[in-house]
Amino acid sequence: MTRRGLIVCSFLLCLAACSGIQTPLGNSGADDSSFIRLFVTFLVVCTVMYLLVVGALAGALANRRRLLTVEEGTHHESSPWIRRALIGWAALIVAGLVGLTIASFFTDRAAAKRAMRPQFTVKIIANQWWWDIIYTTPDVSQAVHTANELHLPVGVEAEVSLESNDVIHSFWVPNLAGKQDLIPGRTTDIQLLPTKTGLYRGQCAEFCGIQHANMALAVQVESREAFLRWIAQQRRAAFAPTTPTELAGYHYFTTHECSSCHSIAGTPANGQVGPDLTHVASRRTIAAGALPMSSGNLYGWVADPQSQKPGNKMPTIGLAPNELHAVVAYLQRLK
Amino acid sequence: MTPRSKGRATKREPVLRDGPDLTGSDLEERLEKTWSRPRGFIGWLASVDHKEIGRRYIFTALGFLAAAGLLALHMRLQLMFPDNDILGPSAFNEAFTMHGTTMMFLFAVPVMQGVQIYLTPIMVGTRAMAFPRLTAFSYYMYLFGGLFLWAGHFLHFGPDNGWFNYVPLSGPQYGVGKRSDAWAQTITFTEVAALAVAVTLVATIFKQRAPGMTLARMPIFVWSTLVTSLMVVFSMPAIALVSGLLLSDRLVGTQFFNPVEHGDPLLYQHLFWFFGHPEVYIIFLPATGFVSEIVATFSRRTIFGYPIVVLSLVGTGILAFGLWVHHMFATGLPRVGYSFYTAASMAVSIPTGLQIFCWIATIWDGRPRLQVPMLYVIGFIVTFVIGGLSGIIIAAVPLDLQVHDTYFIVAHFHYVLIGGAVFPLLGAITYWYPKLTGRMMSERLGNISFWTIFLGFQLAFFPMHIAGLMGMPRRVYTYPAGMGLELPNMLSSIGSFVVALAVLMFVVNMAASFRRGERAGPDPWDAASLEWATASPPPWYNFAHIPAVESRAPLWDLKDDLPVVHGLRVDDRELLMTSVISASPDVREPSATPSIWPLISAIAVAVTFIGSVFSPWALVFGAAPVGIALTAWFWPKLPGPFAEPQIT
Repeated sequence: MTRRGLIVCSFLLCLAACSGIQTPLGNSGADDSSFIRLFVTFLVVCTVMYLLVVGALAGALANRRRLLTVEEGTHHESSPWIRRALIGWAALIVAGLVGLTIASFFTDRAAAKRAMRPQFTVKIIANQWWWDIIYTTPDVSQAVHTANELHLPVGVEAEVSLESNDVIHSFWVPNLAGKQDLIPGRTTDIQLLPTKTGLYRGQCAEFCGIQHANMALAVQVESREAFLRWIAQQRRAAFAPTTPTELAGYHYFTTHECSSCHSIAGTPANGQVGPDLTHVASRRTIAAGALPMSSGNLYGWVADPQSQKPGNKMPTIGLAPNELHAVVAYLQRLK
Repeated sequence: MTPRSKGRATKREPVLRDGPDLTGSDLEERLEKTWSRPRGFIGWLASVDHKEIGRRYIFTALGFLAAAGLLALHMRLQLMFPDNDILGPSAFNEAFTMHGTTMMFLFAVPVMQGVQIYLTPIMVGTRAMAFPRLTAFSYYMYLFGGLFLWAGHFLHFGPDNGWFNYVPLSGPQYGVGKRSDAWAQTITFTEVAALAVAVTLVATIFKQRAPGMTLARMPIFVWSTLVTSLMVVFSMPAIALVSGLLLSDRLVGTQFFNPVEHGDPLLYQHLFWFFGHPEVYIIFLPATGFVSEIVATFSRRTIFGYPIVVLSLVGTGILAFGLWVHHMFATGLPRVGYSFYTAASMAVSIPTGLQIFCWIATIWDGRPRLQVPMLYVIGFIVTFVIGGLSGIIIAAVPLDLQVHDTYFIVAHFHYVLIGGAVFPLLGAITYWYPKLTGRMMSERLGNISFWTIFLGFQLAFFPMHIAGLMGMPRRVYTYPAGMGLELPNMLSSIGSFVVALAVLMFVVNMAASFRRGERAGPDPWDAASLEWATASPPPWYNFAHIPAVESRAPLWDLKDDLPVVHGLRVDDRELLMTSVISASPDVREPSATPSIWPLISAIAVAVTFIGSVFSPWALVFGAAPVGIALTAWFWPKLPGPFAEPQIT
């Protein structure tokens, strides 16, 4: 590799090292590793070509001695070596492009071939502006329904089946793989093979309306055991309220506005419009990454979702202080 | 007026023609009388002069550039810090939509067409555009479309779904209000305008070149105009179709794009990008035409590899129609099929690579003078090639799937569009400014503004590559702290203000030089092409005698005694038509006189279009005034008693 290539690589490594949870340079998935290899290849070839162009331009401008020697008039014949150089340049461009096209093609084919053997399927349905996540199983009662937080076991090929309930969105967890659009009326899919445990961030990548910027997805890649523990925990029905405040929250939730949109497994709340809240308190964020999960943020969100994520579909209801207190207490119980 | 005389014999006044007997100031006086327009405001509105219309296009487009640029600054303020709240989500979404729509439809295409309208007739050596009234009509359509869009923005029905305005987000169910309709109808306005200009340019180039200017002797800029105009003719109907289908889905309940009723949202994307990709080259190819002209003039030699440059233009124009799917790699179309579009996208860089070689070879083999237009050419090559190479990166499916719809793409297309089109445009304005105004722009201020915009641009847009690779998607009004996005965004914001400052200096230079610039003669740069053979600014009739051309560089070869043809009428507007390929004199053809009817027709069409945003019935009721205006416009002139007999 050229010295320039080394500089480019070290630059990339630096980027990767100081980068984090949402970058294609994270090298945390099979597709992502092949992305980095291919990207560096392209970058090296393009850098060489760029230096050639800029070098030739600089040479042409520095060629001042010709100012004195060139004949008057504007029709002098071009030097034969320039014509030969043109042929060389054309051959170089064509060779470079053919090489890159082939590299791209085989990277793409390799990814497609590897993706033939998914070991389980997750269904993700995009909504304005959150992600509905269902771990499907042959036995429907065993399916796990959650939202905005995807857990994956490391080293296991997962197929993510993608649908949209409203407009076009795009599923993008750059640390694991490239994008795939979610298009109403179609089912698309993407294969994920995480190779490193860690917490990553995904984000909708196709403009989908006013809160496109706050449509994120937390992705936890963990060991197989931790994943199975998480699945088992998510499969349980919601915890019952224990304190009087939680009970008041439970009553408010199941008999007022909340339950017309949200569902909590094991309770009468079975709305299908908003995210499932069965284990909401176990999640890392509120409202698809808009806020970190914390008691204060939960208060803020339930009290006035429109000021936290303007334009989102959850109305500000105007809870009385004691109702707010109760609902938040109940939600925090839903670990 | 002499009354019609009795009998068969019609008394005929002698027809005045230019020639050895009628030349010099006598001739110029007659031509001035024939080709000038009526004075006064109405006369101004009725003008069909290509120089006036071209200037109006250029100035209007620069106005829209300023407006869209201010939106960009506003957005950069918002993105300067994470979790900022200078612009809320709806204002931000409206800002980037207006920025993109204005830049693409109201600035980039019209400004290029404006320059083409101004230059083409004087570069090919004729007195007027082929369909001068259609040209006037197109300007008014463009102006009304732009005003409509911005009126919508200020009256809160401006579009906010991005310049691509994808369904279903913009469809009847999710695009509430009139915002998407305003977008769609603006598009219709600009498409009508662009198509009209394209047709007149193609006709002018094919039929009105000076005798002897064979296709092989046409200036490269005229070639680029021909290719882009043909591209407009073939690509713009697709977007007119898209906006029409979208309006009909929204207004009359058709279901072209509704998946529930067997419509398809992807149909929209295919049609949009079938237009949208050629659109990029419609903006870029005229810029390469500027570069070829400037490089030749300032290197003091004809362009190296003329046939290669011309074939590159034509090749790019054709290949540009085979790439549109690379905007849709993430939609889940069959994966193997993508490879074709990868290969095609790679292939389109071959002709451009060859053109770059030819420019550098021209400089190498010539005697370069580093004046401001040439600086812009150098800035163009250094900047544009980065954009071209990042274009090769995103042609690869596995790479595009990661960086698609991130700031990497934002960086890429600003390198291509600003580096590739705006830099050459600024160079072209500096280069042809003396032709437009008769005065030179300040070299010193020009130098300063070039270096400011060049460096400011790199500062503003290079960090966006990094931001994209750090995971920043496009079209987000805010981003969280802690993802490494703070620094690149801060640099971009600072850079954007530097760019704005440079543009301001450029405009100041234009304004100040208009009054105080050094006087320019007809040919201040010692250039080769025909537009420099006439006065600066050119008279109404462009050339006293139509020049005859014997080489690619007529002014260099025969500057002092440029051959001319005689025999065109000077007491009536008459043009010389030549044959398409060899440009041998063919027929004499009358040219339209100034008329207010193109404006009235444009008003009638505009009322219809704008009305149709609110009710489909507007099309029915608007048809009558449009029909009346068009009838008046095309009302045949009765042949007068002194009509000239046809001479074969």
